Amino acid sequence: MKTLKVFGNLIKDGFLEVTHGSKAYHVWMAVLSFIMLVGMYSYSIQLEEGLSATGMTDRVSWGLYISNFTFLVGVAAAAVMLVLPAYVLKNIDFKQAVLIGEGLAVAALCMCLVFVIADMGGPARLWHMIPVIGVFNFPNSMLTWDVLVLNGYLFINITIPMYILIMRYQGKTPNPKIYIPGVFLSVFWAVGIHMVTAFLYQGLQARPFWNNALLGPRFLASAFAAGPALIIIVLAIIRKFTAFKIPDTTIKKISMIVTVAAQINLIMLVSELFKEFYAPTHHSISAVYLFFGLEGKTALLPWIWTSISLNVVATIVLTFHKLRSNLNILYVVCGMLFIAIWIEKGFGLIVPGFIPGPWGKIAEYTPTLVEISVTLGIWAMGAFIFTILAKTGIAVELGQLVYKKKN
Amino acid sequence: MNNDNKKWYSLNLKKSPKVDSCGCGNDSGSCSGEKTKDGYDQVMNVSMGRRAAFKKITAGFLIGAGAVSSSCSVVSGDENKEKSGIEWEEYFKGNYKLMTDKEKEETVNRLTRSYELRTGEKINMTSKDAEKDVLFGYAFNISKCQGYMDCVNACVEENNQDRATEMQYIRIHEMEDGKGFNFEESDDNYYHEVPAEGHFYMGTQCFHCDNPPCVEVCPVQATWKEKDGIVVIDYDWCVGCRYCMAACPYDGRRFNWKTPEVPEQEVNKKQHYLGNRLRKKGVMEKCTFCIQRSREGQNPACVEACPTGARTFGNLLDPKSNIRWILENKKVFRLKEDLGTEPKFWYYMD
Repeated sequence: MKTLKVFGNLIKDGFLEVTHGSKAYHVWMAVLSFIMLVGMYSYSIQLEEGLSATGMTDRVSWGLYISNFTFLVGVAAAAVMLVLPAYVLKNIDFKQAVLIGEGLAVAALCMCLVFVIADMGGPARLWHMIPVIGVFNFPNSMLTWDVLVLNGYLFINITIPMYILIMRYQGKTPNPKIYIPGVFLSVFWAVGIHMVTAFLYQGLQARPFWNNALLGPRFLASAFAAGPALIIIVLAIIRKFTAFKIPDTTIKKISMIVTVAAQINLIMLVSELFKEFYAPTHHSISAVYLFFGLEGKTALLPWIWTSISLNVVATIVLTFHKLRSNLNILYVVCGMLFIAIWIEKGFGLIVPGFIPGPWGKIAEYTPTLVEISVTLGIWAMGAFIFTILAKTGIAVELGQLVYKKKN
Repeated sequence: MNNDNKKWYSLNLKKSPKVDSCGCGNDSGSCSGEKTKDGYDQVMNVSMGRRAAFKKITAGFLIGAGAVSSSCSVVSGDENKEKSGIEWEEYFKGNYKLMTDKEKEETVNRLTRSYELRTGEKINMTSKDAEKDVLFGYAFNISKCQGYMDCVNACVEENNQDRATEMQYIRIHEMEDGKGFNFEESDDNYYHEVPAEGHFYMGTQCFHCDNPPCVEVCPVQATWKEKDGIVVIDYDWCVGCRYCMAACPYDGRRFNWKTPEVPEQEVNKKQHYLGNRLRKKGVMEKCTFCIQRSREGQNPACVEACPTGARTFGNLLDPKSNIRWILENKKVFRLKEDLGTEPKFWYYMD
């Protein structure tokens, strides 16, 4: 009963906290709200007209939504790379970063789920998927696995920080015996959400571009580069705008993780390119389309080459200790890496899977305005959720939000 | 499908043969009706009860909403009340595959009545189950096809496909002589007189694989293989995720990107629940070997319409059928056999 009361008070205090802030904060939230509203309006058009309002067709049947979903699963899982050293190796430096990382995971997972719903032809019929009242095709369909692991991961990532925050809120020290098992579970789970999401594509014999044993491992490597890269940028912003102390060493340690992951990712990229182009087979044709275009159809070319150049430059810069230690350079490089992997693991992965089609038809995909604004709206929603979580979390950590202080 | 009565060479990629395609535990005829309950069934039967509970709870939530506004309104007549009642029942019905015969009949009656309320016209819809000892197969004679596309037109008319986007289940590929089966360089969207000189033609559609990848990936079991080998979709159960479309190596599936339009006078009123009944936006559809015809002992519309006799359809389990004669006497082959999907659609040449 007492816990409930504390929780209720935390929600109340948290609400006060997130509705008060500096002018910059209010402007930021207003902009996000506006983008979300535009996104919702666009989604209403899509609901009315059907998915024909998007650029998807029978030839390329998954587009921007599923691309962003795939990428964000990676971002969500990357939080675990910070959780592990902080809680298990008792590395103090990471502690502050972890709360932020887990908040990021929650926001990314919410975005993932909304992206999947936005992609559905019949969102009103989604109850068909709820076990017990619907039919849940488990374990045959990898999509049902994905539903399970994503929701499970969301649950873990909400409960652990919630427990820690509620304890801090009351001025108590969280008991490691309670949360460490959860942390271990989330570590395995993070790898799970990656692999399951990769298997979603990897298991399709119809699409040789995805039906590739490296897909899962490369997913892990690229996500562990992109996720912590995003965390570094977010930490830099938080450091600038709040009183939350994040020492340089924390950011530098995270940059080590980014560096190693980016290097491994690059090795795997080389391995993939070698396999596709040293002895090209019929199955390399999608890769040819992606990197060089086919029959004058070259829509993805500027994107993928931007991605590869950013990736290579960022990885080289990160590799040099001197350059990496300069925080300003580090932030720029992290931004480059994030964009590079968003392209590569987003539509650079999903769209070529459909081109050429099963009978060799080359039909390209261009997202429509409706699709783009729904996508932006969902990203704004993610940023909105994260801002709320981070602001409350930081206030609790700083001791500004304490149980019964005000009443 | 037992390996004993399999009448074609197979890759044998799977470790264990799949004994039962539909998982309902009933080996003969239909997927419903009287049968011994296995574990799966028991779970599903419970779920029917729970869904009823869900329906009631949701009803509580929606009491202030549209359903009530139409049923309480003084202006709206009995017909509107009936219409919203039908919509309500239809929204909460279960997966066709798991319905009892009575439930199947009820939903067919509701759909028929709903069409009558909307248009004033009567349709004739059935839910006929697969016949015993029937397994449908299809053969395509590449030497005979001239690319007239009569099959495509007949298919569209028979199966009530969306006219606005010109949805077609069949694709006819125009190939160049001397290049073999080169799908990359073939043209499946030609608008000129046929047969074009120096070309030959080849049709593809859903191959009704014996080991269909599309069925495996569906998260809600809205698509499955019937006892007679036809891969069907429950249009009302599909959630529109399009995973099956990504999983199909043969481009056999189509999606309703918008509300399909069929002019009232062109609607084929002889319909089957799993076949050519009218679809809605946001669901998958595909060739069903014209289930509304083939289960009545007729040939699919494409076979009937073909002016050259390139298309043969029949029962693979009937030793006297034409399809069996072709499989036994012609050098038949299937497309992308290396994927282990085991299509029930063969090609051959004279």
